[in-house]
Amino acid sequence: MYSEKVMDHFNNPRNVGEIEEASGVGTVGNAKCGDIMRIYLDIDDNQIIRDCKFKTFGCGAAVATSSMATELVKGKSIREAMEVTNKAVMEALDGLPPVKVHCSLLAEEAIHAALWDYAEKNHIVIEGLSKPKSDIHEGEEEEKEEY
Amino acid sequence: MNKTIYLDNAATTKTAPEVVEAMLPYFTEYYGNPSSIYSLGAESKKAVTDARETIANTLHAATNEIYFTAGGSEADNWALKATADAYANKGKHIITSRIEHHAILHTCEYLQSKGFEITYVDVDENGILKLEELQKAIRPDTILISIMFANNEIGSIQPIKEIGAIAKEHGILFHTDAVQAFGQVPIDVEEYHIDMLSASGHKLNGPKGIGFLYIRKGVKIRSFVHGGQQERARRAGTENVTGIVGLSAAVKRAFSIMEEKTKKEIELRNYMITRIAAEVPYCRLNGDAEKRLPNNVNFSFRFVEGESLLIKLDIEGICASSGSACTSGSLDPSHVLLAIGLPHEIAHGSLRLTLSEENTKEEIDFVVDKIKEIVEYMRNMSPLYEDFNRKNGK
Repeated sequence: MYSEKVMDHFNNPRNVGEIEEASGVGTVGNAKCGDIMRIYLDIDDNQIIRDCKFKTFGCGAAVATSSMATELVKGKSIREAMEVTNKAVMEALDGLPPVKVHCSLLAEEAIHAALWDYAEKNHIVIEGLSKPKSDIHEGEEEEKEEY
Repeated sequence: MNKTIYLDNAATTKTAPEVVEAMLPYFTEYYGNPSSIYSLGAESKKAVTDARETIANTLHAATNEIYFTAGGSEADNWALKATADAYANKGKHIITSRIEHHAILHTCEYLQSKGFEITYVDVDENGILKLEELQKAIRPDTILISIMFANNEIGSIQPIKEIGAIAKEHGILFHTDAVQAFGQVPIDVEEYHIDMLSASGHKLNGPKGIGFLYIRKGVKIRSFVHGGQQERARRAGTENVTGIVGLSAAVKRAFSIMEEKTKKEIELRNYMITRIAAEVPYCRLNGDAEKRLPNNVNFSFRFVEGESLLIKLDIEGICASSGSACTSGSLDPSHVLLAIGLPHEIAHGSLRLTLSEENTKEEIDFVVDKIKEIVEYMRNMSPLYEDFNRKNGK
């Protein structure tokens, strides 16, 4: 079901944990749908992401996408981190099953939420960043069975 | 790779060697069509008739009340759709429960789209049907009550005898989906007033793709598959002779070992439940402790998601299942766990382990040790656990 890369990141997730006094923290998803992602960012004065950690409650894909997302933004500038889209996370993981694509969206949202928190704390505006959605599944519709 | 520890016998079971052996001659030696006149066909016909008798005897039914199907889902579909069709003149109301298998629930949704009204009766926190609610749900136009014998996820055994009595008193047909119960617990269709019963071969060490529907004589039920005269012209198509022979062998086996198997499974099950409850914090046993299938263990572990747990267990060679959304392909966790009142996030962290008589205490010990390890590991990664600890000053 999952690619080798997904399994690798699920089994040996990178950057699990918390950052005390983090520059920005973002939590997205909801327990109702079975996945919550929290990303901690440590951002230096030059707006470089020095460190990034995550905690995730969710399926294999949710853990793997969180892990990959932290890897992709670590050491990057905020501008570069903004380019880490769900597509980039998916590609880095050699793809996800269709029902798990929302996990990669969650990873993108989690990074954005952490950056939003950082921007608010520091009273700055990050170009292209909007207020994170409170519920990642907003507006999604389930497929209906047809008779 | 470790040795495989198979704890998903509610999903399917290993075909027993004696079942395979019984089936083999019907592929290559007795391959005749049961409807043919010559003696090769008669051999197949005899095998089918004998199988029907074997099954009928275990249920206290008559031979001509057993109709072979391609499995449990087909039997469920048939029972509901064909009854609805045949009794629509009498009424268009059907009663079922919130914890049925999807073969029942989705068929009910289909019937609803065709103008039938469905009442879904609630269960209590242990997953047992609320009989007083069933009583209240009955209307003059109720034509069918369909309640499963035992639940596939949490193993709760329903008060079938009482439900049968209620149905009989009101002159309403009673169907039970006994896919999980048949061969595991004794069933008597007379004593329980069951009018229709669905069962499946592969849940009791028989082959996949074969099952049956018991239909009490006198129940008006329409043909499900039109064509030849097979199954009293109600389900046409050349009989799955090898499957039927396999099912029959599996039924014989299941009933001859039932007492011993049940005893062993209950002992292992209770041992496993006791250990998990005592050794894993923040867990909850789902389903009734007593009115429970002998082989079913179902726990929810707070702050943990089921699919992750399953993948971790799989790496250790352990096969289990979960009611989390991620294992169902939708965003909602199991309807059964929601029906017993679990909040979504706790329902997502459920684990079902269904044993067989082949499991050993050593295996159970290994599995419980792994569950402890994995749950702790996953909690340390869980933002829900972090929030919980923070809230509680830890």
